[in-house]
Amino acid sequence: MPEKDKKQGTNISRRNFLKGVGTGTVAATVAPSVLIGSEKAADAQAGDAIANATIELTINGKSYQVEVEARTTLLTVLRDGIDTGGNNIDLTGAKLICDRGECGGCTVMVDGKSVYACMMLAMDAQGKQLTTVEGLADGDDLHPVQEAFIQHDALMCGFCTPGFIVSSAALLNENANPTLEEIKVGLSGNTCRCGTYPFIFDAVKTASGKV
Amino acid sequence: MASWGEASESRLIGKRVTRLSGKDKVTGKAKYTFDINEPGMLYGRILRSETAHATVMGIDLSEAEALPGVKAVIPLIEVGNKLRYQGQEIAAVAAETDDIAKDAIRLIHVDLEELPHVVTEDDAMAEGAPQIREDWANNQSEPNVREDGDINTGFDEAAVEVEATYHTPVQTHVCLETHGHVAKWEDEQNLTVWASTQGVFGVRNDFAQHFELPANQVRVITEHMGGGFGSKFGPGIEGRTAVELARITGKAVKLMLTRKAEHLVAGNRPSMTQQVRAGATSDGRLIAYDMKGYGTGGISSGAGFTGPYVYHVPNSRAERVNVAVNAGNQRAMRAPGHPQGAFAMDSLMDELAEKLGMDPVEFRRINDPNEVRQAQYTLGAQEIGWHRRNSVPGSGTSVKKRGMGVGSGQWGGGGGRGTEARVTINADGTVEAVTGTQDIGTGIRTVIAMIVAEEFGLETTDVRVKVGDSQPGLPSGGSGGSQTTPSVAPVIKTAAAAAKQKLFERIAPLLDAPVGDLRVGTGTIYVVSDRTKTITWKQATGQLGMESISEGGTWEEDLRQNGAAGTQFAEVEIDTQTGAIRVIKIVAVQDCGLAINRLTTESQVNGGVIMGLGQAILEERFMDPVTGRMLNANLEDYKVPGTFEIPEIKSIVFDTHRKVTGVGEPPCIPTPGAIANAVYNAIGVRIRSLPITPDKILDALAEKA
Repeated sequence: MPEKDKKQGTNISRRNFLKGVGTGTVAATVAPSVLIGSEKAADAQAGDAIANATIELTINGKSYQVEVEARTTLLTVLRDGIDTGGNNIDLTGAKLICDRGECGGCTVMVDGKSVYACMMLAMDAQGKQLTTVEGLADGDDLHPVQEAFIQHDALMCGFCTPGFIVSSAALLNENANPTLEEIKVGLSGNTCRCGTYPFIFDAVKTASGKV
Repeated sequence: MASWGEASESRLIGKRVTRLSGKDKVTGKAKYTFDINEPGMLYGRILRSETAHATVMGIDLSEAEALPGVKAVIPLIEVGNKLRYQGQEIAAVAAETDDIAKDAIRLIHVDLEELPHVVTEDDAMAEGAPQIREDWANNQSEPNVREDGDINTGFDEAAVEVEATYHTPVQTHVCLETHGHVAKWEDEQNLTVWASTQGVFGVRNDFAQHFELPANQVRVITEHMGGGFGSKFGPGIEGRTAVELARITGKAVKLMLTRKAEHLVAGNRPSMTQQVRAGATSDGRLIAYDMKGYGTGGISSGAGFTGPYVYHVPNSRAERVNVAVNAGNQRAMRAPGHPQGAFAMDSLMDELAEKLGMDPVEFRRINDPNEVRQAQYTLGAQEIGWHRRNSVPGSGTSVKKRGMGVGSGQWGGGGGRGTEARVTINADGTVEAVTGTQDIGTGIRTVIAMIVAEEFGLETTDVRVKVGDSQPGLPSGGSGGSQTTPSVAPVIKTAAAAAKQKLFERIAPLLDAPVGDLRVGTGTIYVVSDRTKTITWKQATGQLGMESISEGGTWEEDLRQNGAAGTQFAEVEIDTQTGAIRVIKIVAVQDCGLAINRLTTESQVNGGVIMGLGQAILEERFMDPVTGRMLNANLEDYKVPGTFEIPEIKSIVFDTHRKVTGVGEPPCIPTPGAIANAVYNAIGVRIRSLPITPDKILDALAEKA
């Protein structure tokens, strides 16, 4: 009975493995990661502690002071961050979708270039000009890319839209009049599931030359 | 009889109108469930099984509970019970930050006794396979058999026959906003939940029942929703878990599925394998069809697929079984059962046509009883340039070869009763339309505004539309089955008409004219027999003083129609050296009945085509038979269409009548069949298994050579 043999032969190690079910063997043997900043920070095991830091980020021209862990991503700060004054930063336009730098839902501009905010540590974003989808419009005047997306219905559910808008704006910053192929390359880091691509291409063409 | 009027009379209906939610969506202001930040909100996470089949021997939550920042840890399965697929829920935590919740999940210790698993259909059906469902023998349901005519007589009459096996793998929905909820108890008896759902009222009723609350004390809100495609109806275990964690902690709790969990447990399109033998007469009539097929919907049933499909076969027999595997349950996915069946049927049609020496379109014309598609074949063939088609499949010596193919589909989309709505005219001239449907990205909000604005002679932006909230207590059905617009539009139309009638009654004395003589202009109301008697909309509503007019509507069957026929033509290019497949162009001729908003209807058709393209050339859930796990539960290895895959798409909104028909699902049906037939036309080798990937193309070409 090979099935039985297989089970018995691996039973002990499997039991150990299963102690960490959901995370894999390595994670199961690692002590809790840091919780610095919480009231029981001192309880965290020595050697695991990674210092928190209060950093300053410039987002959409506004300065924010925020306490972060070393592992905190820029995206987490934008979406879930609370500044040192206790206010939610609440810039939820950028989305967490794939959580691994694959889909572009979290795209923001860092010094004018598009970056995946889920792949950038918040600490690394210090001293840079950060622009999120919320910062593209000038008051009530929408960015040409935003106008064009509405006009061409380049969105359906709209969940990927902020990422596409920022990527499109960044593309036009670098190439004011892209060809269709250049648009496809420029937006290849963004994924849409509703299938709005054809109208996105139309929208970027319409916005071309206006940025 | 209620009617939408003639196209020539319409100012808005049938035109291209940009969506009302556009500005909020392009500026990042649109708040999805995932974006809700309540004061003091906690973050929930679920520990899921990495084992496909096991008995839970013990769960130790103590270390997780002791972690600073953790506010609640609850088990989701009892010791002694079985886990039956990777991703199944074991326990849940709520913590001050999402990172702490993630840490806490790692501190939950689970003791499992592993059981033998099967994760592929072949393994499940093999002799001696572990039995994973007590109610099924050999992991298979009782066969479902449908017979029509007599296949033996049919095959006697057949001049040509084809025998083939067609396969489509499991696909996952890949909603970009994962399933999830933010739950908040206002007090012990009042619950508010933001839900990423296709059915606000269904979720409300589930919570009310599960937590033993009166339904009107549960409020469910879905202002914007990031994709469902059939997978987001009930609240699921994750929804109930969020509410329970919120109850225990007394705080708002956000619990969204991870991307991995979304692939594993949030639904999928079942697989299909069918062995089919079919025959046609020498004059091109389909005469006999005999099919045996199976598919898996995971540990559950529901792996249905169509066959025969669309075309008329007088003698047929179809036998289907469900196969159980240790994997997450299927859920409805955009036109459940249809794209699989259509791919097999349209491939079969082309194989028969070739044996008859007939043009595939001609062969369809003979066998398709649907008059709408008959017209669509002509239009689609013209639009793609069918005459340019490779007359001998696979001919030519160039490295890159092009081919064309055709496929067909059919859907209902007629809507139904069950929607209540209210249209209100206020004295200051403002207008509101309220109903409990939800805008899942299809644009129903804008459609509602267009209907009301048309009725009142206003602009779409003048109408305030409130949907996606159970609070006003105006129920509507879930957004599935392409039913939203045909269910909602007639009720809005009659509610607006009733409100207009009430307004006319109020102002008829002022205009000194019979009510029946009043008409709306553009922002005005006038007397049809004496157009000098005209007042502005605001002058008219000003007569209401302190009152408002508020009217409900009824679902008038005459305003909608069931049945959406579609035909698609594809052109592809195959690199015979690398096997790379590029879809060059798709022409989608889609019957939509009366397309209220042509712009958003075109978006829907484009979207359907692109999802069909993903199924045709990219998407497949890979299960590892040894570990029992999904190998590509992420967005890197599970491929969905990106910018490079997008062909030129010509979406033709094919109006056949002035009645509303839903169109969310039908445009994804014909695409895989059309693409598969185009591949054959290009290279002269048939790929009978989706997705059509370069490795399969190279293997097939090698076999041919």
